[in-house]
Amino acid sequence: MSAFILSLLTFLPVAGALLILTNWLGEGRARCVAFATSLLNLGLALSIFSRFDGARAGFQFVERHEWIKPLAVNYHLGVDGLGILMVLLSTLLVPMALMASPRTVDRPRLYFPLLLFLECGLIGTFTSLNFFHWFLFWEISLIPAFFLVRFWGGPGRTGASLQFFIYTMVGSVGLLLAFVALFLAVGVFDFTRLGELATSGTIPLAVSKMTSGGATSTCISWLIFAGAFLGFAVKVPLMPFHTWLPDTYSEAPPAVTMLLTGAMSKMGVYGFIRILLPIFPAQLLTLQPWLVGLAVLTIVSSAGAAFAQRDLRRTFAYSSVNHLGYCLLGIFALAGAGPESARSSALAGVLLQMFNHGLTAALLFWFLKLLEDRIGGRVRLDEAGGLRQIMPVFTGLMGISLFSSLGLPGLNGFIGEFLIFKGVFAMHPWAAALATPGLLITAVFLLTILQKVFNGPVKEQHATLPDLTVVERIQLAPAITLLFLIGIYPQILMGPLSGFIQHFGGGHP
Amino acid sequence: MAAWSIYISFIGAGLIAMLPRNRAHLAPWLALLSAFAGFAFALTGAFDPNPGSFHILARHSWIDAMGATYLLGIDGISLTLILLTGLAAICGILFSWNIRERAPEFFALYLALIGSVYGVFLSFDLLLFFVFYELAIVPKYFLIAIYGSTRREYGAMKLALYSFVGSAMVLVGLLAAYAISGGETFDLVKLAQHPFPREFQMWAFPLVFTGFAILAGLWPFHTWAPTGHVAAPTGASMLLAGVIMKLGAYGCLRVAITLFPRGLEPWGFSVIGFGSWQDVFGFLAVMGIVSGAMVALVQRDFKFVIGYSSVSHMGFVLLGLVTLSTIGMRGAILQMFSHGVIAGLLFGVVGRMVYDRTHTRDLDLLSGFRLNQALPFACAIFCLAGFASMGMPGFSGFVAELQVLSGAWHSFPLLTLVSGVGIVIGVAYTLRAMQKAFFTTPPPTPVTQGTHHEMDGAPITLPEKIGAVILITTSLVVGLYPGILLRWIDEGLASPLFDLLRQGGLS
Repeated sequence: MSAFILSLLTFLPVAGALLILTNWLGEGRARCVAFATSLLNLGLALSIFSRFDGARAGFQFVERHEWIKPLAVNYHLGVDGLGILMVLLSTLLVPMALMASPRTVDRPRLYFPLLLFLECGLIGTFTSLNFFHWFLFWEISLIPAFFLVRFWGGPGRTGASLQFFIYTMVGSVGLLLAFVALFLAVGVFDFTRLGELATSGTIPLAVSKMTSGGATSTCISWLIFAGAFLGFAVKVPLMPFHTWLPDTYSEAPPAVTMLLTGAMSKMGVYGFIRILLPIFPAQLLTLQPWLVGLAVLTIVSSAGAAFAQRDLRRTFAYSSVNHLGYCLLGIFALAGAGPESARSSALAGVLLQMFNHGLTAALLFWFLKLLEDRIGGRVRLDEAGGLRQIMPVFTGLMGISLFSSLGLPGLNGFIGEFLIFKGVFAMHPWAAALATPGLLITAVFLLTILQKVFNGPVKEQHATLPDLTVVERIQLAPAITLLFLIGIYPQILMGPLSGFIQHFGGGHP
Repeated sequence: MAAWSIYISFIGAGLIAMLPRNRAHLAPWLALLSAFAGFAFALTGAFDPNPGSFHILARHSWIDAMGATYLLGIDGISLTLILLTGLAAICGILFSWNIRERAPEFFALYLALIGSVYGVFLSFDLLLFFVFYELAIVPKYFLIAIYGSTRREYGAMKLALYSFVGSAMVLVGLLAAYAISGGETFDLVKLAQHPFPREFQMWAFPLVFTGFAILAGLWPFHTWAPTGHVAAPTGASMLLAGVIMKLGAYGCLRVAITLFPRGLEPWGFSVIGFGSWQDVFGFLAVMGIVSGAMVALVQRDFKFVIGYSSVSHMGFVLLGLVTLSTIGMRGAILQMFSHGVIAGLLFGVVGRMVYDRTHTRDLDLLSGFRLNQALPFACAIFCLAGFASMGMPGFSGFVAELQVLSGAWHSFPLLTLVSGVGIVIGVAYTLRAMQKAFFTTPPPTPVTQGTHHEMDGAPITLPEKIGAVILITTSLVVGLYPGILLRWIDEGLASPLFDLLRQGGLS
């Protein structure tokens, strides 16, 4: 079974989606089927995680079959530390998103299959090792996301979904053109092969042979890099490619936003680590000061933007950009040389931050959804207040998530940011120093939220709001437990990553 | 056996034309039967022990005095395209099931058109090729002029005139080639071995290439395509976009590039950056991709959106052909197949499923019908076909464009970037049309004038469903297993016909 377990993991959600679409069990069961499928998938992912040998570098559970011979396309799957972490995160977030979906969602026979297709796209992206089907999953995850925003979103959904789709497609076309050019130069679509060729210096040579040489060939190799970079920078997003994000996150239904920020944004970060760092080391090194600068800009200005928002959805959206900025800072620092301890620390930080941000941001949007349901509209900072008195349990749990997002030691958010700063400081002290205001502003706006929404006098119209029901408490409990568990004992995640970190982070790029 | 696909289509056309008036209702069944038979005969080509390589199907003496023979042959490229023709024919008939007025004539003309198209793809004698090519114009004209909709006489006439101008250019080139090679044969295989003088190729290539490319929608000679597509009845526009435009592209490859490969060599001087006909046609192809997409973005008429998108997608075919690299040409041929399937489907959805029921193609008015609820099947199929058309991986268009772009990177790096812009605009116009036609909820102002919307025969009929499912499945299967077609196409490109091209540096 372990011979095709990754394929099973990828396509199980599709089977669930088809089961719902055929309406065999009736429309009322759609939600149950989707939830059961996602739990089954989570179990499968956990079983892979438990059998994953973390001390080993390289890919495990590899599947490889010949597919399209004339194009050198193989069906090539496998996970390493990075892959398994992201697979785990995606399979964890989907059941959470399903629980956060409205009880009486409009057209459930479309909604739940789309969510499951999105899961298939996510897992496929994190397990594919050949550009051809990696790109297939990368794009396929976009289609359900588009429809989920378009059909179930807020009042501005039409514009937001279009902007989201077209913006991301611009990045995708850049990626496509870049990889097509690489394929033409070296005739390979396989990520691992491309990485090896880049290390051995074959790629620059092949690219220069592709054209007549001279000035145009450097120009072309930069164009290739730019295309690939754009694709990932839009997805994460890196400023200034982020403008699609606040509208999309705030118009999407909260359950979908949980997946967008929790898992889909990680597709971009994943691409940076899996593809950009190994295949384009020279370009990244040349541009390093600028890229690190952009990452710092992203961190600080998105924190400032989050501070300035009045609508909590938009605050959390910008705060997401801010947290992913730390990941990018760590990645761009890794592009250069540095002491091994600093490099592995930065890399470990990035990986942990990816996972923890996914978990925490999804939780925050979940809480926001619960609050919006009760208030009956968007939560605005100056219109809410005093919720602590009427909803103490809710306040406590959301407070924990806010503190996790803020990076309080003992909760999961701390360790990742700490390791990133520790690593980056050793390599680029000025960048680390410039990024610290981001931490500070984040603390300020998260505390402002605590203060304005939960403290102060109770607003009259909110006096009768119910606290969390028992069912909601049970639903939230596992995720909250995870926040503490990872915060206190990060080793459960670090252990399986050690091989990857040692292999990837050690020494020079 | 594959040659029988030509004969069976003409036989079917004849039988339908002779149907007695009180048996007119049999016409669609008979047409479907002949189309199926034609497709089945075409499919026998795939079960040949060596399906991709060139072999002769029939050779008879024809006009001995001129050296013209009745020579039919097949190779991987022809095979791919006759399979496309068969599929398009079947689905076009399924989508024309509702034609009642003068139905026998419609289906007779339709099959005659199909027969000539099969003929073009299988002829390896230039004169025969040309005869079939011209033969296709006549039924096309009548199909549009009699059964069409918006400005049908204008559309039909424009299409016929453009076609004739193109044909005239082709004919001049062909006769010149015939004369220069010694005036002994029209046999394409023999002519392909004849080394024409470079100076001759230099003017014959652009002449013949342009002549054919007019029918493939080469910018700026593409304007017949949208008007023709819009004017044509649904079944005919499916054929027009699906197959007829491929005739032009096929001619470019089979005649212009095969016979006059040196016409693409550098001139030795450059005029505003253009150093060869390759540069010129590469530029025009990319102009087609981008301008077709941009014009499609601002259309109000649903069918015009699809019409201009055809121009844009055929730009990829032409771009792939002039890259002169194996991968680019392979992509171009696959794109011909892919576009034939997807554009056919899009026209089917717009013309038959939507227009025949709502009687409007105005995107702003269509929003009043709430089509996603009234016609959920049409909506779902349009979304799938739309994603296929914008080049989503998993559908045939992606594999084709991937290879065309790959070839183009080699020959024209900058133009490739521009065509990337074309892809993005392609996403935009498809989403815009999808959004406006299917997903816009009209503002809640009841009964204003002109917005009371009645729909005829709302549920989608079975023939339409079958046709749509056939086409979308084909696109998916080819998208996921392009190897089936690529193997044949590769063998086709490896045939001795392209020897001269390979000497000229086909990589």
